[in-house]
Amino acid sequence: MNRIDQRFAQLKAAGRTGLIPFVTAGDPLPGATVPLLHALADAGADLIEIGVPFSDPMADGPVIQHANERALTRGVGLGQILGWVREFRRDDVRTPLVLMGYLNPIEIYGHARFAADAVAAGVDGVLLVDCPLEEDDTAQVIRAAGLRQIHLAAPTTAPERLDQLCRRAEGFLYYVSFAGITGALRLSTADIAQRVAAIRAASRAPVAVGFGVRDADSAVAIAGYADAVVIGSALVERIAGSADAAETCARARAFLAPIRDALNARAAA
Amino acid sequence: MAAQPEHAAIDYHAWPDARGRFGAYGGSYVAETLMAPLAELTAAYIAARGDAAFQAEFERDLRHYVGRPSPIYHAERLSNDVGGAQILFKREDLNHTGAHKINNTVGQALVARRMGKRRIIAETGAGQHGVATATVCARMGMECVVYMGETDIVRQAINVFRMKLLGATVVPVTSGSKTLKDALNEALRDWVTHVHDTFYIIGTVAGPHPYPMMVRDFSAVVGREARAQMLAEYGRLPDVITACVGGGSNAIGMFHAFLNDRAVRIVGAEAAGEGIATGHHAASLAAGRPGVLHGNRTYVLCDDDGQITETHSISAGLDYPGVGPEHAFLKDTGRAEYVGITDDEAMAAFHRLARSEGILAALESAHAVAQAIKLARELPRDALVLCNLSGRGDKDVQTIAAREGITL
Repeated sequence: MNRIDQRFAQLKAAGRTGLIPFVTAGDPLPGATVPLLHALADAGADLIEIGVPFSDPMADGPVIQHANERALTRGVGLGQILGWVREFRRDDVRTPLVLMGYLNPIEIYGHARFAADAVAAGVDGVLLVDCPLEEDDTAQVIRAAGLRQIHLAAPTTAPERLDQLCRRAEGFLYYVSFAGITGALRLSTADIAQRVAAIRAASRAPVAVGFGVRDADSAVAIAGYADAVVIGSALVERIAGSADAAETCARARAFLAPIRDALNARAAA
Repeated sequence: MAAQPEHAAIDYHAWPDARGRFGAYGGSYVAETLMAPLAELTAAYIAARGDAAFQAEFERDLRHYVGRPSPIYHAERLSNDVGGAQILFKREDLNHTGAHKINNTVGQALVARRMGKRRIIAETGAGQHGVATATVCARMGMECVVYMGETDIVRQAINVFRMKLLGATVVPVTSGSKTLKDALNEALRDWVTHVHDTFYIIGTVAGPHPYPMMVRDFSAVVGREARAQMLAEYGRLPDVITACVGGGSNAIGMFHAFLNDRAVRIVGAEAAGEGIATGHHAASLAAGRPGVLHGNRTYVLCDDDGQITETHSISAGLDYPGVGPEHAFLKDTGRAEYVGITDDEAMAAFHRLARSEGILAALESAHAVAQAIKLARELPRDALVLCNLSGRGDKDVQTIAAREGITL
């Protein structure tokens, strides 16, 4: 069973909301990524999204853009990232990992080669930001290899399209909480509650909500109607500028643990 | 990936297909949030395209505002000097605002108005598209925001000032390489954030579907006109047509009407910068590989990790690491050839044209002029080489002076 499916089944059984942190591979320092993944798992991450840096991240705001630029300055590439996943898997075989990024690095690596290497390394799913349903045949070989292709749904998604997304959802469906780029401050939880509830009812896979979740309060608000909460820019911002791997991990733990506690407290209440 | 059809069987005017694909290229590779506005735009554009009143208004604007038709000019002194085929120029430099870009912005602004959008955004490299967008926005009383790389703002200060005079807001883009590709990223980010009231006027035949099709359709007036002018004034089609290729809008505009005329040879001139072997160039088709950038599958310049590489050209308008997907298609089917012209070759052609014909060409267009001269040299005196002179060079005089060590 795919680790993503397994993890969401466990969350459902326990009545808990999943916590999904996002970090950019190789940021803030290439040597920090593997320890950082362990630190996030220790601090209560149920699944981790690893951003694959790209030179032209057209759907990302300044925080993730800068993380991409920092990683690329140090030459971080897909081959190296798969190596980090392999290294992480030596000590953690339970935490699901999803690679999130843009198509071109995978195009150039080769779809079939990428799918085989990613499965061998211990990747569980991919989220291709610039690969909507219409271009899904591009990722056929990735799904065939056993990786879950995580799709995005957005406030602008039309009803009939949303039905299609819900029917084809696998792993989890990532609902983008507002029309915008990552890291913006526009989250209005009241507006999206109803919509997410409808998507959850229709979706074949659990629904995670992201974009604009910054802290325990916003995470708890979303936990009321989502299967999982994704936190990206606020975490990336927090660990930026760390001097070394130890400081990166300490900052990540300090950021994530209170959110985990708040989500647990809500589940217990 | 879709299979590439055979050249001989292709009706080149039948592309793209309903999904916006030109063979294996094109498509809509964007984030989910943009799929709805793209679908809305596609529907609105297709309705407009089939509406005789819309087409009549577009043609009226091209005639009375842009100044069409632009003439075909026989460059006799240049042709005699080269000593080969006769070189003819399609004079897009004589359009209002000084380049072919206005054809597309007039068309897209009419679509925007039809859709009830009042806020227009655009990206620009050399600034020609930004000026052309600011121009139509001023005329229609629409808000205009132009994204432009910081590097390009320095290189093209005069066009920045022109945009401001026309009432546009020019937003400097400081991410990535601070050039056209980054301006495009930033414009897409703006659009994704303001999808409800904003219309994005893309300035070239790239981006997600329907842009490569829509921009081509509006730009194709160049080739349609030229084809009719050739038949009327010379009694035949040219032997070769050529144009410069950055994103590829002036080239596809010139080429499209001739694509099914199999006897007409088609050559695109890309920016080879300091030479393709040096790595400092912007020749995506000649030296790139298939990939995905800015919403479409096409040839891109990138490294082995798939990271888009920084490009170089003396001409800001050609300084782009991708290219319109229809050009990728034409390259693979063999219908068009794409070759590189270096900075030095473009500069030499610029001076030669200025001295022999009294025309200051845009540095972008100077690449096409250089290619036309090369082609003419290999052909007999009765052959006809038609070159798209896509823009005028006034905007480039500072760049040229700086390159040649002259203080103005």
